[in-house]
Amino acid sequence: MGDTVGIVIVSHSRDIAKGTADMVRQMVGSEVKVAFCGGNPDGGLGTSVPSIIDAINDAWSAKGVAILVDLGGAETNSEMAVEMLEPVRRDLVVVCNAPIVEGAVMAATEAAGGSSLAQVRAVAEELSAD
Amino acid sequence: MLDKADGQIFTANVRLVHAVGMHARPAVKLTKLAKKFEAQISVRVAGAADWINAKSVAKIMAMRAAHGSTIEIKASGSDAEAAVAALVDLIATDFPDEAS
Repeated sequence: MGDTVGIVIVSHSRDIAKGTADMVRQMVGSEVKVAFCGGNPDGGLGTSVPSIIDAINDAWSAKGVAILVDLGGAETNSEMAVEMLEPVRRDLVVVCNAPIVEGAVMAATEAAGGSSLAQVRAVAEELSAD
Repeated sequence: MLDKADGQIFTANVRLVHAVGMHARPAVKLTKLAKKFEAQISVRVAGAADWINAKSVAKIMAMRAAHGSTIEIKASGSDAEAAVAALVDLIATDFPDEAS
């Protein structure tokens, strides 16, 4: 089926990020690349821009990458990580306005069918629309 | 709308045997399968007013079909007949894990 949009999960908690990634892999399957990051380097709660960039690289696809975040800093740090990518890749990464777990499962389900980044984002954001 | 097979609509009814109804995992499987077809595919719990796009995972999860309910399926488009047969099979066999 070719390339599918990659999914990145960014939580303040490494356990939540990992658990969400596990749910996506088990529910949707392995055809979609899923990367996650969470927690600060000392093992506490937090998010870090370099870890988010690493996760984007891990999930990278020519079709783009959709990022799902939890609270405040996860979103701002994800936006900062996107800003720091080379300009040609920047436009291929979006931060979705969606609940992290549900959004990740739905985005991955849409991505598995070979949908575009815009379609994947729209499906994830359907959850916050109504 | 130049699809020559557009006119024909295929339909089927199938009983939802899954123990807890249409929860998250079956919804993902149904949506993924539906997306493999070109046809426009809609489903609803028998008697419900609105048809739901079978390719929308959010809407399928939200349909809250209960165990034992009957699911109506309809499809139109070039591979509609195969799409209906595949979805009936998936639901009737209780959403088995993919062999792949």
